[in-house]
Amino acid sequence: MTEHILEMRGISKTFPGVKALSDVNLAVSRGEVHAICGENGAGKSTLMKVLSGVYPHGTYEGDIRFESVAVSFKDIKDSEHSGIVIIHQELALSPYLSVAENIFLGNERSSRGFIDWNETNVEAAKLLKRVGLTLNPVVRAGDIGVGKQQLVEIAKALSKNVKLLILDEPTAALNDEDSAHLLGLVKGLRDEGVTSIIISHKLNEIRAIADSVTILRDGRTIETLSLHDGSVTEDRIIKGMVGRELKNRYPERTPSIGDEILRVEDWTVHHPQEHSRVVVDRANLSVRAGEIVGIAGLMGAGRTELAMSIFGRSYGSNISGKLYKDGKEISARTVSEAIRHGIAYATEDRKRYGLNLLDDIKRNISGAALGKLARRGWVDSGREAVVAGGYRTSMNIKAPSVTSVTGKLSGGNQQKVVLSKWMFADPDVLILDEPTRGIDVGAKYEIYTIINSLAAQGKAVVVISSELPELLGICDRIYTLAEGSITAEVPIGEATPELLMQHMTKEKD
Amino acid sequence: MASTLTDAALKPAAPTLTDAGRFLASRLRQIGIFVALLVIVTLFQVLTAGKLLQPDNVSNIIVQNSYILLLAIGMVMIIVAGHIDLSVGSVAAFVGAMSGIMIQDWNMPWWLAFTASLVIGGLVGAWQGFWVAYMGIPAFIVTLAGMLVFRGLTQITLENRRITGFPAEYRQLGGGFLFPGLFPADTNILDWTTVGLGVLAAGLLIGSQLRGRATRAKLKLDDEPMAWFATKLAFGAVVILGLTYLLASSRSGTPIVLVVLGLLVVTYSAVMGNSVFGRHIYARGGNLQAAQLSGVNTKKIDFYLFVNMGVLAALAGLIFTGRLNSAGPGAGNLFELDAIAAAFIGGAAVTGGVGTVIGAITGGLIMGVLNNGMSLLGVGSDYQQFIKGMVLLLAVGFDVFNKRRASSALK
Repeated sequence: MTEHILEMRGISKTFPGVKALSDVNLAVSRGEVHAICGENGAGKSTLMKVLSGVYPHGTYEGDIRFESVAVSFKDIKDSEHSGIVIIHQELALSPYLSVAENIFLGNERSSRGFIDWNETNVEAAKLLKRVGLTLNPVVRAGDIGVGKQQLVEIAKALSKNVKLLILDEPTAALNDEDSAHLLGLVKGLRDEGVTSIIISHKLNEIRAIADSVTILRDGRTIETLSLHDGSVTEDRIIKGMVGRELKNRYPERTPSIGDEILRVEDWTVHHPQEHSRVVVDRANLSVRAGEIVGIAGLMGAGRTELAMSIFGRSYGSNISGKLYKDGKEISARTVSEAIRHGIAYATEDRKRYGLNLLDDIKRNISGAALGKLARRGWVDSGREAVVAGGYRTSMNIKAPSVTSVTGKLSGGNQQKVVLSKWMFADPDVLILDEPTRGIDVGAKYEIYTIINSLAAQGKAVVVISSELPELLGICDRIYTLAEGSITAEVPIGEATPELLMQHMTKEKD
Repeated sequence: MASTLTDAALKPAAPTLTDAGRFLASRLRQIGIFVALLVIVTLFQVLTAGKLLQPDNVSNIIVQNSYILLLAIGMVMIIVAGHIDLSVGSVAAFVGAMSGIMIQDWNMPWWLAFTASLVIGGLVGAWQGFWVAYMGIPAFIVTLAGMLVFRGLTQITLENRRITGFPAEYRQLGGGFLFPGLFPADTNILDWTTVGLGVLAAGLLIGSQLRGRATRAKLKLDDEPMAWFATKLAFGAVVILGLTYLLASSRSGTPIVLVVLGLLVVTYSAVMGNSVFGRHIYARGGNLQAAQLSGVNTKKIDFYLFVNMGVLAALAGLIFTGRLNSAGPGAGNLFELDAIAAAFIGGAAVTGGVGTVIGAITGGLIMGVLNNGMSLLGVGSDYQQFIKGMVLLLAVGFDVFNKRRASSALK
């Protein structure tokens, strides 16, 4: 463990308004499996994108040395040429091409511009064998399971003579058996001399296969720990991941909590396409008037899926379970039914699911409750403008007028438009999915204030967030979600980041 | 905070419009199309040595393009929702043929045949809307199929003949004029019916706009600067009164189809701007998922859009058949492309979410004036097609370029 295959020194990367990485150091020894841990948004993926050339040399500060040579990659092709291959969380296989074609995509076995199909398929079969797949290489990639697709990605990496393999959350979408196989393969590759960097939330996996782990937090390197002697426990890693101090970033609030408004019982949701895959597993939760309830979970835990399936079944298939509103069982099979029952859901991805970016502020605000402004199908545009103007003032939406197009607003102001839309719909239950994602600190405080005032009006508020400090700062009670199951319900008095993280990384029995 | 939220709706926003130059630039896209029409009219007026704006020619341009303009209304709504309809020409031909058969073969009275034709158009639209909305087949495919299916059905029902000799009442819609007998054609005084209608239309425009402005002022809402508002109104009034003067001094007065078209433009502009249905069309086209997650029944919107398009296509078929006094197997050929071109020249976005009825009508008039002007100049149809194609490409290109500049200025 003396020679370093990779050294990243003093890496800083700034996006407009956000410093994603500051002075990050990473040293990976040749022939090891090196894990990178951190909360969502700690900068893991950004760091790997810097390494693989997605963010080209010159857009970041700091030095990268690979095999003791300073490198400056212009793009992914460039880094792959040096032997660094990244496998992203979202698989990048073309579902309509064969497995062999996918393996050699962009790297085709050909002579004089014509594909040599025999060589393609023979070579592909050899690579598939190396990753432990007995699969006909002419099968379409879309016809094999996610686990096998992941292995095909690795075979593709091997075809490029990979020296450093980067796996971003490789087991997030896999079942236990496929995960075990994949991790075994990573170990096998290490013995063949391939170095791997693995990003994972699953601490037990990291302990099982990694030789060392580097912990990132808030875009900084916290520490690098060796896992060889077994003295580093999962709790030790968690402490590194969450150990940040909580400053007074949250407005004061005295909760006044009333009766239960919404209760969800035995809520089970399957994947919309793969009907056998369980995404939410027998979830139970409830929220009361004036209460702010948090849902904590890591990426892929099923938070958004849980929320959207409750909101008029806008996600999933084969949904079972019961919904109770004010103690009575209700059925909300469509979004408009859910809205009629007083449930609202503000999406985590406001650009894709929350706003009509082509249209102006007032028409976005009225969008979910246009009926309130209309008589016999005709909209009272004057009253609409008055209503929207009111929200612009009270929510402090910074725009020249309510006729400004929402696509031109900043993230914080867009979020305020989304919140205004749902406030105008006047629901009893508001589910806010990542309400402060991509918003600067000042605007976050404003959003928290709005959330508090909603609770003060007696509404039941559910906040889904990746940021534990945020949940600890504003919630009365927090549910933790792991792999689609609710693993714990923690009152705010007992909640600590370490405790929540433990429940969030809990494996299913 | 809680109290400000509850009485927030009562607090007006402060007016913030400033800087006339920036204001005009922001309206460029809106007025660009009208300016373009004005330039083209002036250009051909000069090139044809005044023939373009001769009263009878103006009347002719309106009647000749009426069915395209009518189709453009339905088309722009479909395009705003993010779809397309390639079948309208075939549907118009099919309905024209059916109306001929109902009148000539089944001896139906003209009014019954009219009503039945519109119902047939609605059923055709429901058929296509069903496939688009509820079966999830892309509208491009459904209506491409419809284009073939209804062209085929036209030929099948007509059995390869051409139906002519429609009753006079039927022909009024496409070729008739309001009270033509009221004044002798050769007296050369203004047609007072036309003058009355024109003044009424201008009065209604000014009245409704002033009332809207007064309401906005009462609610203390932001409004356009007075100068801009007055200029727009004056421009609208001058156009209406100018058209009135020309039509009144033409041989026959006001074409009936112009009245129908005018009513439809006003109605559909209101539907698109101020009805829940219209607003849901924009929401659906602007961001389908966001609309669905706001509780909009987007399938229903899609379905009724196609029903509406079917009825408008039927009306276009009746007008066209009446004007030619003939229903033939080749009627309405390529109408869909003219209607689509009109919508896009008029500023509709290819991706949906953007477009107006007035824009589409203006786009259609640009095409119509180009056609007519070039014909007056004796330009062959080969060059006409070439020029129209280039106009379409440049108009949409200008739009895309404009948008890209606007969005890159944000970054």
